[in-house]
Parts: sequence; structure tokens; C-alpha cells
Amino acid sequence: MAFPAFALYSFLYLYPSLSNVYYSFHRWDGVTKPEFVGLHNFAYLATNDDLFMKVLGNNFRFSFIVVIFQTLLALLFATFLLKNTKTTIALRIVFFFPTILSSVSVGLIWTFLYDPNFGFINALFKAVGLDGLALNWLGDGKYSLYAIALTQIWFHTGQMVVIYVAGLQQIPQELYEAAEVDGASRWQQFKSITWPMALPTTAVVVAYTTIQTFRAFDLVYSMTQGGPLNSSDVLVTLIYNTAFSSYKWGYASAQSIILVFVVLLLTYLQRRTLRINTGEK
Amino acid sequence: MFYKVFKTTLLSLFAAAVLIPSSIVILGTFKDDLEIYTKPLALPKHWSLRNFQTLIETGNVFTPFKNSVIVAIFSVSLTLLFASMAAYMIARSTTVTGKFLFLLFALGLAIPGQVNIIPIYHLFVQLHLTNSLLGLILVNIALTLPIAIFILTAFFKDLSREMFEAAAIDGAGHWRIYRSLALPLCRPALAATGIFLFVICWNDLLFPLMLISELDKKTLPLTLIDFRGEYATSYSMLFTAVMVASIPMVIMYLTMQRTFVAGLTAGAVKG
Repeated sequence: MAFPAFALYSFLYLYPSLSNVYYSFHRWDGVTKPEFVGLHNFAYLATNDDLFMKVLGNNFRFSFIVVIFQTLLALLFATFLLKNTKTTIALRIVFFFPTILSSVSVGLIWTFLYDPNFGFINALFKAVGLDGLALNWLGDGKYSLYAIALTQIWFHTGQMVVIYVAGLQQIPQELYEAAEVDGASRWQQFKSITWPMALPTTAVVVAYTTIQTFRAFDLVYSMTQGGPLNSSDVLVTLIYNTAFSSYKWGYASAQSIILVFVVLLLTYLQRRTLRINTGEK
Repeated sequence: MFYKVFKTTLLSLFAAAVLIPSSIVILGTFKDDLEIYTKPLALPKHWSLRNFQTLIETGNVFTPFKNSVIVAIFSVSLTLLFASMAAYMIARSTTVTGKFLFLLFALGLAIPGQVNIIPIYHLFVQLHLTNSLLGLILVNIALTLPIAIFILTAFFKDLSREMFEAAAIDGAGHWRIYRSLALPLCRPALAATGIFLFVICWNDLLFPLMLISELDKKTLPLTLIDFRGEYATSYSMLFTAVMVASIPMVIMYLTMQRTFVAGLTAGAVKG
């Protein structure tokens, strides 16, 4: 009964994954026969390719910012919205709303909000007299990556709130009651009960967000296409351009192999760290 | 006291951050560009449907809309069918084959599908599956099978073994048990997974961008990207296009809110 799934998956997932490894050892323009070059692509990536290093750095920065802020924000909101009342449920619905939009729609909406001349954000800054903050958010290489990171946080925080709420509702209420009796402050309760008890959920949220940020493409492509001057390029947009604008297919395959390794390594490291913290073996 | 103020402020800020852009977009579809720039949050002076009319007359929205519906519906229903069959087999298997298959599909969860764009493109050129909705459907199925199998296997494993065994003793074959017992019992899980998959397929940009270039095969996200170039700063048109592309999701979200949230969070937790 597993045959149709197995067949499709092998042919359109496993087989391409293996071909990807094969192509990464070749020089190939996608048309002529691939020419075997051994580890040359990887050596070149590691030593000679400033653009790749820049984009790798971009992606790490993007990922780091989104993981830290989105996770903390979601945890904070989840503690606020833990009890099921009319207001909290309504707020959870509102917070979750962006998740259902397509990345391209979100990208276009935020392109407007960030628009240097007509955008809402700059209009807001000017209205309160902070004209100095009315910047060219997407058009200036200093800010473009961070502007997209903020959009990403806006996009998915609500989804993480819902995951956290489900996780936090498992924490026995007695723990908080006991802490209350002992006169523990809210901060102490958070530090000694919520945070440690929520670690398994945090592990899930962090892992998911990390993978999501290293898969990022749609948002970047629809907001800046990686520009200006590659300042907001991430790995998948770079791989896409290497293959479909520069026609260096073997090289693009090598880049995507690095992407796989980065994702696997980060997933592994996170699991280890969070397991140590939760005391599991 | 401080806590209360802190909490209310943060919650209001984020709620505003969601509600204000949404209102700007919804109200903007009834305005012209000048009105959007000068009074983004005010109610439109005239509730004009001109933007929608222009969109229908000039930009071809019906075809991409139809294409997106076809791709999403076929991708989701076939993935659910194949994934539930595989998940049922894996969950009930007592041999090493089931374990092996599960590990094989789990591999797909570890490797993001985006890394395979080059071999998939090359393969699809050879198979003449570029510029084809069938091609998109096949890619979607292959890429979403691992996560769907993962979620559904967990669900099937939770169902009681005795019940299946009793059905088997009564003479029901695997197919019969799968169809008349397992599938009906996991309807909530299928619905949640289905919505999760629908969102992915409906919103995907990367693969259509790569595989589709003919106008009459384009899906909505691709058309939105084209609009971005075409109506460079005509936000009234862009907002209207965004609105049309988002309406199915919004309606589904508002009517099936529970299933929606369950699906999108299960996808994250299990993935």
C-alpha cells in the first residue's frame, strides 16, 4: 500500500537528491555534458567565493535574528494569552492571521509599508516628528536584510504563539499556585517554572524556525530579489540565481549541498544543546 | 501594575501591527493610488470596484486563479491519499519494511526540498513536464509526502491495535480496513493535514517560478510577482491582486478556524 508514495518519493525526491550530489562534483551549464571536476566546486566555494561567504553570513544573521526575536516574542505572547478567555482567543486568532497569507502577498504588503516615499512606516515616523527614521528600508543595503527579518517575524510569530500555548497549557497549574503561596514574583515564576517546563516546546519552535529561515526564498524574492547588491540575498535565492541567471548548474548544486549540511548541523547542535538543558539523554 | 501595562502595551502593539496593514490592504482595494498614499487608513471616499474591474479586464486573474485551484486541489487530495495509504501500512507493519520506509521518508524531512531545484528542473525538462500543471502537482506531492506521512503515521499509531485485529479476524482485508475503518477514524487528522498542505501548495512560489513560463499556466503567486513588475508602484492594483489571491485562504480560515490552526501547528510540531 505504500507503493505509490514510495515510487513518487523515490523518483522525485531521493533520486534528485542523489543527482544533486553527483552534479556538485561537476562543471555543468545545464545543456552540455557535465564535466567531472572532483572537489573543485567546494574548494572554490570555501576559498575564492566572496559572494557565497557574504550570502552565507546574511543567511546566518537572518536566521539568528528571526529565531531569537520570534521565539522570545512568541513565548512572551503565549504566557500572556495562556488562559482561554474571549479576549485571548480573539487575540490568538488575530496574531495567527498572517500565517495564512502567501509569502508573496506578505512581501507585497510590506513592500508598500516600507516604501520610502509613500509607505506607511515612514509616514508614521514623520507624523510623530521622527523624520530621521524615515529611511529607505528595502533600498538601502544597510537595512534590507533586517527589514525582511522583521517581516518574517510578523509573518510567523502567531503560528509559534499557538504552538507555545498548546505546550504551556500542559504545565500543571499547581506549580504556579505553590509558587504564588511561596511569594514568588512573576519573573521568578517565569524563570523557574515556565522557561524550564517549556524547553521541549522551545526546541520544536527553534528547530522549525531555523529550517524555515534557511529555506527562505519567497519573501526575499518578492521584496528585494536579494538586493541591493546582494545585501539581502539568502542561500536559496543565491542558488536560484547561480543556476538560472549564471547557468553554473554544477556550482549551484555544490552550494545547495552546503545548505543541506548547514541545516543538518544546526539541527544536530540544537538537539544536543536543548537535550542537555532538559536533562534527557 | 507594571506587568499589566507592559502586557497590554505589547499585545496591543502586535495586534495593531497585524490589523493596520490588513485594513490598509482591504480598504486600499477600493481606493486609487493617491488616496492610498495620503489617507491609507481612512474609509474610501467612494466604495469603487474599479480596481477589481481593471484587474479582470487587463490582468488575467481568472486563469491563474483556476490554475492555483487545480494545482492545490489535486496536489492535496493525491498527497493525502498516497500518504494515508503509506502511513497505514507503516503504522500497522510489524516487519522491518515498515521501519525502513519510515526512516526513508524521515530523510525527506531533514533535507529541505528547495535544495533539489536543479536536478528537479533538469529532470522535468527531460520529461517535458515544464509549463505543465501536472508537473507542479507532481513536485508538490513529492515534496509534501514526507511531512504528511509523518503526521498521519503518528495518528494511525494512536488508534487501537485491537480494533484493527478484530476487523482482521472478521475477515476484512487490508484495503477494507484502511477504507472502512482507518480512513473514517482519522478524518480530523486528514482535514488538519489537508489544510496544512493546501497552504503550502497555494502559496508556493519557487517551483512555479522555475517550472512555469507560459502565461496560461501561471499560478497566483507567480502572477502577483509579475504584477509587481507591471504595476511597479500602483499599490491599489497590487492590493487588489493580493486580496483576490488571499480570499480563499481567509474564507477557509474564518470558517474552519480550529482545523486551520490544528493543521498549521501540527505541521510545525511534527516537522
